[in-house]
Amino acid sequence: MTRPAKGFLLLGLLVALLLAGVVSHYASNEPDGLNRVAVDKGFARGQHDPVRGPLAGYSVKGIADGRLSSGLAGVAGVGLTFLIAAAVVVVVRRRTARSDRPSAHSRDEDLTGQPR
Amino acid sequence: MHVPDGFIDAPVSVGAGLVAAAGVAVCLRGARRELDDRTAPMAGLVAAFIFAVQMLNFPVAAGTSGHLLGGALAAILVGPYTGALCVAVVLLVQALFFADGGITALGVNVVNMSLVTVLVGYLVFKLLLAVLPRSRRSVIASSFVAALVSVPVASLSFVLFYALGGTTDVPLGKVLAAMVGVHVLIGIGEAFITALTVGSVLAARPDLVRGARGVTPTLQLRPSAAPIAG
Repeated sequence: MTRPAKGFLLLGLLVALLLAGVVSHYASNEPDGLNRVAVDKGFARGQHDPVRGPLAGYSVKGIADGRLSSGLAGVAGVGLTFLIAAAVVVVVRRRTARSDRPSAHSRDEDLTGQPR
Repeated sequence: MHVPDGFIDAPVSVGAGLVAAAGVAVCLRGARRELDDRTAPMAGLVAAFIFAVQMLNFPVAAGTSGHLLGGALAAILVGPYTGALCVAVVLLVQALFFADGGITALGVNVVNMSLVTVLVGYLVFKLLLAVLPRSRRSVIASSFVAALVSVPVASLSFVLFYALGGTTDVPLGKVLAAMVGVHVLIGIGEAFITALTVGSVLAARPDLVRGARGVTPTLQLRPSAAPIAG
């Protein structure tokens, strides 16, 4: 088996939460490459207004303080993304386990952690 | 590089949606082989980390910013199939909850920012690793170049969609030159962030960089009775 990665994972998540929750406040507010080009070259006029949910534009609706609002939105986004990605992993692994059942040996080999 | 609703017309958006769905299906299948006990716990973290870093727009030119796309990074850390799924989850969350990237443009965005960046980034990474000496430095250098190349190629993919289904009549040459030009600059930022992240994980837990397996020394298996330092 592998060394436990729990400590590394928790540290990584903490870094992600800090980046999205705190550091993001200091990010550039200028339009990104695509939006800049779209405005400069004139194809931005095709754009439709997006559906604006409670977290639209990386701010929490109803929270006036910009720093708090964007920080909370960032933390919510990190949490949502982590949960959905983890759920996808669980589903894929469950399906793998099921389809591997007739040949359980090949799965055991993977678990020894040998590089392939 | 999130495409909002309305830049690309409905038929091409639907077509891109089908391509994206097919790509995600292939990745769900391919990820079965990648998601071993070491990679599986990393996938959620990689997706969450990319979401966070995508919020950190950095200035690239007067009045223009860029942010990480993350396809090359994800592919190197957790494998190309799982990596593409991670970025697709990020794009889904951004479109559904943050109004970043249109819902109808989700297919276009998944193709450009997940499938294309992963494919290009991973290919460049693997090609470079094959010719460079086997070392940690080579892994970091390869991830730098892979990330650097992946961003302008993703912008080319956007231009292709624009050529097929752009809703405005801006000359294609203008769009092409401007898009590739600015995304070469953004690619430099992508390269630094990717190399820094891969280098950090290599320093802390080299066994968790899937793309470096067989390059960095393999961890020794120890009997469970032995005391483990640290």
